[in-house]
This record gives sequence, C-alpha cells and structure tokens, in this order.
Amino acid sequence: MGWFKRNKEGITTETKDKKETPEGLWHKCPKCKVIVRQEDHEATFWVCGHCEYHERIDAKEYFSFLFDDGKYQELDSKMRSKDPLEFEDTKKYKERYDSTVKKTGLNDAITTGYGLLHGQAVTIAAMNFSFIGGSMGSVVGEKISRAIQNAVKHKTPFVMISKSGGARMQEAAFSLMQLAKTSAQLTLLSEAGLPYVSILTDPTTGGVTASYAMLGDINIAEPGALIGFAGPRVVKETIGKELPDGFQTSEFVLEHGFLDFIFKRHELKDKLKFFFDCTLQKEETAVAK
Amino acid sequence: MEYIEFESPIRELEEQLKKTKQLQTETGQDLSRTMREIEKSIISTRKDIQKNLSPWQKVQLSRHPSRPYTLAYIQAITNGNFLELHGDRGVKDDKAMVGGWGIIDGESYMLIGQQKGINTKMRQYRNFGMANPEGYRKALRLMKMAEKFNRPVITFIDTPGAFPGLEAEERGQGEAIARNIYEMCALKVPIICIIIGEGASGGALGIGVGDKVLMLENTWYSVISPESCSSILWRNWDHKEQAAKALKLTAEDMLKNKLVDGIIKEPLGGAHVNPEEIFETVKQTIIKTAAKLLETPKNKLIDSRIKKLSKMGVFDE
Ligand SMILES: [Zn+2]
Repeated sequence: MGWFKRNKEGITTETKDKKETPEGLWHKCPKCKVIVRQEDHEATFWVCGHCEYHERIDAKEYFSFLFDDGKYQELDSKMRSKDPLEFEDTKKYKERYDSTVKKTGLNDAITTGYGLLHGQAVTIAAMNFSFIGGSMGSVVGEKISRAIQNAVKHKTPFVMISKSGGARMQEAAFSLMQLAKTSAQLTLLSEAGLPYVSILTDPTTGGVTASYAMLGDINIAEPGALIGFAGPRVVKETIGKELPDGFQTSEFVLEHGFLDFIFKRHELKDKLKFFFDCTLQKEETAVAK
Repeated sequence: MEYIEFESPIRELEEQLKKTKQLQTETGQDLSRTMREIEKSIISTRKDIQKNLSPWQKVQLSRHPSRPYTLAYIQAITNGNFLELHGDRGVKDDKAMVGGWGIIDGESYMLIGQQKGINTKMRQYRNFGMANPEGYRKALRLMKMAEKFNRPVITFIDTPGAFPGLEAEERGQGEAIARNIYEMCALKVPIICIIIGEGASGGALGIGVGDKVLMLENTWYSVISPESCSSILWRNWDHKEQAAKALKLTAEDMLKNKLVDGIIKEPLGGAHVNPEEIFETVKQTIIKTAAKLLETPKNKLIDSRIKKLSKMGVFDE
C-alpha cells in the first residue's frame, strides 16, 4: 500500500485529523434539533441518527470514509484562482477569495484525490460548499479536468461529488465555460471506457447540474438534497405559482427520471465498489496488492 | 397458493393432504402412508394436466397469479447482488420496467425486464407490467451502458402489452419501441431474452431482440393477446380459446416456426409450483448461453443476429 505515499506533494490525509476535535463538543441536528456528541455524529458519517438528515460535509469528510483508511494522494492542491477580470462587487473578489482561503483553510471550492476504495484505485473530486457556496470557477473546472485526466492515465473510475450553488459570478464567462471544459474531458473518460459516477448532494444547483453533475454513467444522490437548474425562488417568481411539495428534492428528481438511485451515506462506499465491479473491464482493473 | 380453474383437481388433493396432516397432528395417528398416496396422486394429476394443456390454458398459466415475476428472478439468480438503476433521463422512472447491474456466478450482467405487481396495490404501482415510452427508454439507456462496459444484456419479458395511454402516445410509444428494436439489432454485446410470462406484441419485442430468445414452457408470445384477437376478428371476446389455438403462440409452436431459439422447461405444473427450481434452471441457462455468446467475435455476433431476423417470414414467389 505504499504507492500513494510516493507523491511529490507528500500530502496524505489521516483520519486522525478529524479526531482532534476537542472532547465534549456536541452536535445539534439542524432538522430535528436532537443533540448528539460530535464523535458520535462523525461515526454515523455526519448523518442524524434520529431523522436521517444528511448534514452538508466537504471533501475532507467524504474522503475520510471513501478512501481506504482515509488515505489518498491529493491532486493539484496548490491551484488558486487568478481573478482575471479584477472583479469587484461589495468587496473585491481577490479580498473575498483570500479571506475565504484563510477562514476555510481550503484553496478553492474543490478537492481532488487519488487512492484506493475497497482496494480499487479510484479518482474522486469533491466540492467544498464552505468555499464561496461551492461556486464553480476556473479552479474547479481545471481541477475536475485534471482529475479526469488522472483517471484516464491510471485507468481508474472517476467519482464526482457535487455540492454547489452554481457558477462563480466573479469569474463571469470563464466560469460558464467550465461547463463545457469539464464535459469535454468527460467525453474522453467515456471513450476510455471508464465508469463515471456523479454524486449529487445538498445543494446541487445552477451550472453544475447543466454539466458534469448530470452526466454520470449513473447519477446518484443523497436523500433530501436540493437539486435543480434554476433555484426554487426563481422558478416560483417566474411562473407566479406555488411550487409542488418536494419540488427539486432528490426524490422528485428520481421520480422524474434523472437519478439512478438515492443512497444513504453509510451505503455509498459499498455501492460504488459494486458498480465498479460490474463495469470495469477485467484486464483494466487495477487491484492493489 | 392460488389456483386457476383447471388446477381444481390439484386444489382438492392439496386440501386433502393438508387435512390429513392436521389429523395426524391432532390424533397422533401415523398417516404417512395416506399422505404419500396423496402426494403421488398430485404428481400424476399434474402430469395429466400438463400433457393435455391447450394453448389457452398455457396462456392462463403464463398469467398465473402465483407465477414469479422479473424481480423475483433477478433477486434469486443474483443472490441479491443486484443494483437497481432508475430513470430514462427524460421524463420519469417507469415502474413497469426495471433494470440494473447484477452479478451471477462472478460475472456481471445488465438485467432488464417488465415488472408486474404481486398484489392489488403493487399491480397499480407497476401499471400491470405495461411500460410507457420512458420504460423502453430506460431499458435502452441501460443496454447502452452494458454495451459501453462490454457486458451481456439479459431481458425478462412479461407484459400484456405496451401501455395504450394518452401520454404514452404523446411521448411516442411507437418511436420508443422502434428505437429499442433498432438499437438491439446492432448492440455490440450478447443479448439473451427470456419470455417468463406474457409476450404481447410490440410491448414485448421492445426488449425482445436478441442472440438467443428463449421461452419458458408455459408462456405465450404473439402479435396480439387471444382476447383482443377474438374481439377484432370474431367481434366478441368469446373466441379467445379458438384464437389462442389459431395464433400458434405457445413456446412449442414459436420454436417450430423458428421465431424463437429455444424452450426452457418449467417444473411440473408450472413455474409457480416450484419457483426455486425455475430460478435455478434459468440461472444455469443464462450462465451457459452467455459464456458461449461471449466467445463469439462481436462482428459475427451482430451478423448472425441480423441474419436470424432477416430469415423470419414465409412467402411464395
Ligand atoms: Zn435529525
């Protein structure tokens, strides 16, 4: 199991990191308000044991349970946005970006990693909602593209965990074109005959649904996630009518034919492995010894 | 267990058997000999019934309320190693058509089929096994996925027909079935189709083009159901038995006319009498047939599929 440690950046994340939460921290479920110990909350994959509410989590948390022993090689960890338009709204984009980096300890709204999942080499990209609402700009597009290239190079399946409010307005049309750029890379993955699983989590909206999030060989989602192209408020204002119950939830999207299934977080790793077992060409299956 | 009318001698014998068993428990009397006699006579009665089954009775057996449906086959032959996939990526997830990846004996397959409901509530939910266009489009999406990953497709056919509804027409029922037939003719992976119940017309053929098309012994496959045939040609529903005979819709007749490739034997009395047995038979048939087809080069596979289809039809010139 030493191969992933021989990387240039030398970045491997240990599950220990997340255990460093001070003792005595408690978690209150935002949905049912039941309070549990933080450690117990983590042990249930950040899912409420009472109402099954799937709390929003970032890449670091997903990687901690999807990669075997929580170990992986992070890809392109240093990539950062360049602010090509010198954008300014209520704040300069550059300042907003820098302060978000400082606050979150993340370099952008995505983390990509390469490692083993039940012994199967796999490339995973996961979005960080805590970084400017998981918005997609040049860095998100480029890191997804490179992760797909990594999958093609090493003949691994590609898994994309989306969690995004949509495009990053501060990068304007550069942001828009990431829809096309990531889709272009996905055609190459498909040509290589490698499986692509798109995982939609709460929320997956805007431009992300109009590109990689909906292009999986299978599209799967966590329960109760908000999934849609136009936000519910925009739809409501446009049509001037009340929206039906459960509009744009995972369950709604499944019923309308766009999801293959809804999974509970604790089932995810096994289901991914089963799908890879069914779809990977035998001679191409990279099994770690 | 439910019984249909010509199974009534069996029902009587099985009730007799049950009563004898009860009597033995109540009285402590040894009635094992009597029970063995009854069991023997159940078998011989079933054999007699089987020998003289009319085409119409086979149609009835194919619709037997206790007969196993697609998901029961899939669950049994994959031993639960099945990942159901949903949706047509367009309109809806059609509950009358099911499909997904399954592992049988260490090999993965794309398993697809029409699904009937097992009780009143589920029959509605499954729309009586009558798929809408989105069902056929879901099936095609899954077949294309199997092709992409170079794995065989198995279809389980059991439908009284494609759904004749308003929305089905709006969304192009004809186009959906046509597209499936067309794509299946040239799909680059082996396809095995198994008629496990009713094979009604285009609704069946929409997932029914394959390298090996097999019918279970007590199923039917034709261009129309005997009832509808009777109502169109005889202008009433009373001639269904005559229609069933005339249509040559049984497995035997279909094989004789080279419109299907083989027959899978059912347990004595029908698949519903011993589901475990029919599951095992179907499983072994799939393993054996798929292994052979996987050895065939792809171009040859499609070539012989097209040749086989092109030979169907009888004419003078
Ligand atoms: Zn809760």
